[in-house]
Amino acid sequence: MNETTLAGSPARPAAGALADPFVVDGVTLGSRLIMGTGGAPSLDGLGAALLASGTELTTVAMRRYSPAETGSLFQLLVDHNIRVLPNTAGCFTAKDAVLTAELAREALETDWVKLEVIADEHTLLPDAVELVDATEQLVARGFKVFAYTNDDPVLALRLENLGATAVMPLGAPIGTGLGILNPHNIELIVSRASVPVVLDAGIGTASDAALAMELGCDAVLLATAVTRAQNPALMGEAFKHAVIAGRLAKAAGRIPRREHALASSAMEGRAEFL
Amino acid sequence: MNIRLNGTEQSVADGASVSTLVSQLTGRSIGPDGRAADGQKLGVAVARNAEVVPRSQWHATALADGDDVELVTAVQGG
Repeated sequence: MNETTLAGSPARPAAGALADPFVVDGVTLGSRLIMGTGGAPSLDGLGAALLASGTELTTVAMRRYSPAETGSLFQLLVDHNIRVLPNTAGCFTAKDAVLTAELAREALETDWVKLEVIADEHTLLPDAVELVDATEQLVARGFKVFAYTNDDPVLALRLENLGATAVMPLGAPIGTGLGILNPHNIELIVSRASVPVVLDAGIGTASDAALAMELGCDAVLLATAVTRAQNPALMGEAFKHAVIAGRLAKAAGRIPRREHALASSAMEGRAEFL
Repeated sequence: MNIRLNGTEQSVADGASVSTLVSQLTGRSIGPDGRAADGQKLGVAVARNAEVVPRSQWHATALADGDDVELVTAVQGG
């Protein structure tokens, strides 16, 4: 193959993250990786991991102000120009989640909220009933709800119909690193959604994030997989590439799976050895 | 008078406003609009008796004896 042939080949789909931005609520993000900040042992390490991951959106939790701990995360995000997505982690009821979201909106001056209403501390799984209730209330109050949900296609569609800005099905329970336990359901959610689908929770390593993108997700949200990796900055970089690779593979169109082998070299014209 | 601040009993001056309390705790000077006088973001929010007090009302909202006040900020979280 010569240079002319290469130059004349059909235009490649956008290769870089910048050419294929993630648009949510009218905001364009250069990365399809949303990084949570939970689980990092130090702020310095967290800062390095965030930078290496290339993320432009990161989650934070709302907790009691402690004068001893100031300086902090908030300033780090401001310094790195990373947009904040406050969560309602730790809320078990719609009532608590709504109040927490209101506090986050006041404190951080954003109407984006990652709505997380969990059933119990053992599974940390979303409580579907409270989640639906909270989504309805928050949408009515003008919030842009990023709903953390079970990998349930029916529930995901309900949340979208209630006005969720994005639906965020889990791959596996929070912090487990088990990957995507029900890829079929994630595909179903994607195929029926008209809002962005973000795979949230359960990611263990880079290939899980690539798979999420290959299944058609618009973005991936993870925290533990990076912050508790042995080398968080290196893992952050791995995820940056994994999300891009998965997105490109999805756009490129994978080959169908086959039962039997299919030779890629022609049988015709083989030399014969007598 | 006494209030409950983030779960702990605390004594504050009679008639102190939410703004005064936030200023004392954060060590920042706060304008009548509830924003830091230094122009930087404060990054905190206040709930009084389980209701959010918007920063625009901090100045005008006087605390009362027995109030339950939560002052929150962003911390690490997934």
